[in-house]
Amino acid sequence: MSTTSAQRPGLGAPAEADNRVQLGVMNRLLGRPEIGALVAAIVIGIFFLIVAPSFRSADSLLTVLYQSSTIGIVAVGVGMLMIGGEFDLSAGVMVTSAGLANAMLSYELGVNLWVGALVSLVGALAIGFLNGYLVMKTGIASFLITLGSFFVLQGVNLGLTKIITGSVSTPNINRMDGYDSLSWIFAHNFEIGSVRISITVLWWFIFVALATWVLSRTKIGNWIYAVGGSADSARAVGVPVLKVKVGLFMTVSFLGWFMGMHTLYRFNTLQAGNGVGNEFLYIIAAVVGGTLLTGGYGNAIGVAIGSFIFGMTNLCIVYAGWDPNWFRAFLGIMLLLAVLVNLYVKKLSTLRKVG
Amino acid sequence: MTDTLSEHADPDLSQGEALVEMTDVGKSYGAIRALRGINLTVRAGEVTGVLGDNGAGKSTLIKIISGLHPHNEGSLKVDGKEVHFSSPREALDHGIATVYQDLAVVGLMEVWRNFFLGSEMTKGRLPFSGMKVKEMKRIADEELRKMGIVVKDIDQPIGELSGGQRQCVAIARAVYFGARVLILDEPTAALGVKQSGVVLKYTAAARDAGLGVVFITHNPHHAYLVGDHFVILKLGRAVLDKRRSDVTLDELTRQMAGGDELAELSHELQR
Repeated sequence: MSTTSAQRPGLGAPAEADNRVQLGVMNRLLGRPEIGALVAAIVIGIFFLIVAPSFRSADSLLTVLYQSSTIGIVAVGVGMLMIGGEFDLSAGVMVTSAGLANAMLSYELGVNLWVGALVSLVGALAIGFLNGYLVMKTGIASFLITLGSFFVLQGVNLGLTKIITGSVSTPNINRMDGYDSLSWIFAHNFEIGSVRISITVLWWFIFVALATWVLSRTKIGNWIYAVGGSADSARAVGVPVLKVKVGLFMTVSFLGWFMGMHTLYRFNTLQAGNGVGNEFLYIIAAVVGGTLLTGGYGNAIGVAIGSFIFGMTNLCIVYAGWDPNWFRAFLGIMLLLAVLVNLYVKKLSTLRKVG
Repeated sequence: MTDTLSEHADPDLSQGEALVEMTDVGKSYGAIRALRGINLTVRAGEVTGVLGDNGAGKSTLIKIISGLHPHNEGSLKVDGKEVHFSSPREALDHGIATVYQDLAVVGLMEVWRNFFLGSEMTKGRLPFSGMKVKEMKRIADEELRKMGIVVKDIDQPIGELSGGQRQCVAIARAVYFGARVLILDEPTAALGVKQSGVVLKYTAAARDAGLGVVFITHNPHHAYLVGDHFVILKLGRAVLDKRRSDVTLDELTRQMAGGDELAELSHELQR
């Protein structure tokens, strides 16, 4: 600022200041949130290519991608919500609630499955809205509010299913009206050449691309980073903080509904107790992907890479012939390593030795 | 350094015109009366210094003018029209921008994103239409450079700038987006001597560009350097309300330091 007095109006702005530097490629790369996850994904990938021979085929890769997409689709929303500074612990059971609602509504009332699916969507969005609205209006941490809705949904899933069907699973719906079109949208596999790809992989890519666009290129994306980084600063410059956060909660519940539809139309019947624990997988995928737990930092590509690491380790442990019971232990170690790498990378990138 | 200010300040502002008028304004939070009987006029091309100790009602006063908390007594007029703000957006739409000491910017976000936060340039009217990223970066860079702030990289997180620079960016941003009244909440509180000087220069530049400035501080020396009119708050009331010509720095300092209470205290503490 010592140059200030020299710049009088009329003299014009300094053409190019002395301390302006062009950052090197390395520095720019290190500044990106997903770089830690990318490095980890490559290392883990090479490791499994060596120890698990059956992983070395296009088919396995696509199975891994499918497995990743089942977590990745909801994780995109959870990641955006975390960038916006909030948590949603109800996302895992919401998937099951959405599927159950669709199956039981349509079956018991004998209506087209599309009706059940749309009612279920409205219900999911309403729960997302309620989560967000309660967090914003009461000022209670979203961790607690959604922990509450997590337990409520879990109980309602089991209780209502038991009352309505007399058991803890829903009746098979594959002969009902609307089944064909819905299962085509949410769960069919198509073939490219000799390999089969699940449509969820495609959906996953679309959602990631959409989220990347929204976060980096739109006004809403700017607002999401701002409400996560500092909600009060954002409010002071006129960002509608309540709307942004409630919208994020509703995005998560929309994607939860979407995954619920996939689960239902893939298996045609659902267990009411499913989905518990998945909320943490979404959060792990987001954190491994470089999303800051305190909000304001991260991106959708990182979350996608985090989900991919999850899918890869999940299946490759089997491909390698290890006892899959060890999977969760591995996941825990991955999470800790990812956090450490992210911390280290962030330190490197903020130091930026640029003269 | 005044380029941004003089280019973007509203040309219709005329020296001395009353922009914000508060008459007998008060605010209670439940049973607590945080502020009462405040009469304050913010005029174009003048700096109104609002001084007070912690808990005197300074922040309540800002919150009323900036639209964070509506007042519940008296009247608040902007450009002669009675208003009752229910959100900061409404106040911004009336040309009232507030720069908070610790909330000026979002530290993790890039400089250009911060500059345009809340007023992004988009290619369409739809909520998901793209931003004109290149243009926004160019404008932010240009405007900052005009003020003598040259950032290493317009993509760097704004948290890497110094505290004084962040305040200046926030002030420049407010003016660039058409603020007519600028509320500065303790802009120099966390800054060193040199950086405070920069912010004060900037405050003066905003005044010279014709804006109405409300300068909130507990430092009478800083207030006296730029102020045209001073109000001292104590326990939610105005205890001093004078123009610069009617008051000396000594009087301001004495009032701020506690005035008569201090005399009493020194008597009690006598050894």
